[in-house]
Amino acid sequence: MAVEAFDTDAVTAGAFDRGELTLEIAPGKIVSVCGFLKYDQKFVRLSSVTAVDRYPSEPRFEVVYHLHSVEHKQRVRLKCRVYGADPAIESVTSVWRGANWYEREVFDLFGINFLNHPDLRRIMMPDDWQGHPLRKDYPVTGHRI
Amino acid sequence: MSDQAIPEVSAAVAEEAPQSGPRRMVLNMGPQHPSTHGVLRLLLELDGETIMKCQPDIGYLHTGIEKEFEQKNYQQDVTLTDRVDYLAPLSNNLGWCLATEKLLGLEIPPQAQWMRVMLTELTRIQSHLVWLGTHAIDIGAMSVFLYCFREREDILRIFEMFSGQRMMTSYFRIGGLALEPPRGWQHRVKKFIDAFPGKVDEYESLLTNNRIWTGRTKGVGFISLEDMLDLGVTGPMLRAAGLKIDARKDEPYTSYEKFDFEVPTKTENDVFARYQVRVEEMRQSARIVKQALEGMPEGPWKADAPHVVLPDREKMKTQMEALIYHFKIVTEGFRVPEGEVYQVVESPRGELAYYVVSDGTAKPYRVHMRTPSFGNLQCTPTMIAGSLIADVIASIGSEDFVLGDTDR
Repeated sequence: MAVEAFDTDAVTAGAFDRGELTLEIAPGKIVSVCGFLKYDQKFVRLSSVTAVDRYPSEPRFEVVYHLHSVEHKQRVRLKCRVYGADPAIESVTSVWRGANWYEREVFDLFGINFLNHPDLRRIMMPDDWQGHPLRKDYPVTGHRI
Repeated sequence: MSDQAIPEVSAAVAEEAPQSGPRRMVLNMGPQHPSTHGVLRLLLELDGETIMKCQPDIGYLHTGIEKEFEQKNYQQDVTLTDRVDYLAPLSNNLGWCLATEKLLGLEIPPQAQWMRVMLTELTRIQSHLVWLGTHAIDIGAMSVFLYCFREREDILRIFEMFSGQRMMTSYFRIGGLALEPPRGWQHRVKKFIDAFPGKVDEYESLLTNNRIWTGRTKGVGFISLEDMLDLGVTGPMLRAAGLKIDARKDEPYTSYEKFDFEVPTKTENDVFARYQVRVEEMRQSARIVKQALEGMPEGPWKADAPHVVLPDREKMKTQMEALIYHFKIVTEGFRVPEGEVYQVVESPRGELAYYVVSDGTAKPYRVHMRTPSFGNLQCTPTMIAGSLIADVIASIGSEDFVLGDTDR
């Protein structure tokens, strides 16, 4: 795969399952890998950014990026594993401006910080909300006392 | 309108937070503004009549539906997907069912696939009709709304005939359809689809050469193709900018490759071009429905997978195994193999994708909906920066977002 030729340390694992390609990327390399995929491999669209909470195992969070190449009609999934204590990852807004809201959503609902994000605020929940609802240790029902 | 030259506003500046100043005024639009089609709040910074900055504020309809998905089993989740984009319930049903079926590795019989194609295309027509009617009202053409809703009512009646529900249909289930197609459906669909192209001509005769309509829409709401791709816009908006992108053609699902239809594109990239693209899409969808109607294969309407699909009522009364399967599916659902899929379908608004992570149990571990409205709405600040306040309504209307789809 071309990403390995670009940066040998970037890809930590990969899988091809049910016709979909997943690449696990070292969290520190995500911006350079995304830039490479966008400008050299024509993955011009960032389809979505989301996260999966693997509580209680560590690294707790998977930040998942779905890229789409309009020209080659291909899709690729990038995955970065982030530890649960003070989770943070570099923002890809410098590569796609459209990552802005997606990362805000992940920040809001999972509590993952995106470094160098231009406008990191809650997007779905009220500004004074406590906790991050899509975490697995966040209750589904109940009242705050 | 003012005679002053419109100041140049760069896209990057437009996305910062609006602030009042000596000549600047911050105007709050929404959340309950009628033309925002839901509850969207826009903070606009104005210099006279010109928009300098815009900041959309969303989340008023956030219902935590992705969390809810994790609490129910796969078949129960079908009913949640209707509620996300309530103008295109069957497109959402389809996305969810296809994603789960991909995880299960389930084969769907041809009749169910064709029925799915036919009903999702009727959904597309229905959704575009609501868009056209409400968009025309926003701009000031009242009568189009009445015409559009007349045909929409026919489609909703067809949905009711199939599923018993007008809007929250949940008609597609994992493994096929919820119910056997009702007796006489061909007649109803045929009656509608034979008359429909003439009705589209009627809408066009009201709008396409209408001087007020063209004056309000031509050259309005321009945003470059590069900006749109960068900001995550999909669907008819990209097609109105000349990019031939359509998941039905590019990544065919549920046997779309067997249908003959065009993907309409325009290059003007303004509100009028988006209107033309959507009107043409309605005609193309009508073509697909007609083909589905004429070539509908015979055979079963649900997959042969007893551990997933509920057995027929008759079998339950006569066969012990069927009764056991029924009991197991209803009480504990079915287990879905471990894995993750990203299933893309073309909803009326653009790219709709379901990202489903399964951990091998009967409930999904994580579901993320990549909804078209969320991506489309994100381009608003760039699109309306530098335009006049009167054009804001036309511009955001042309994005065709549904706030339930945006906030989830």
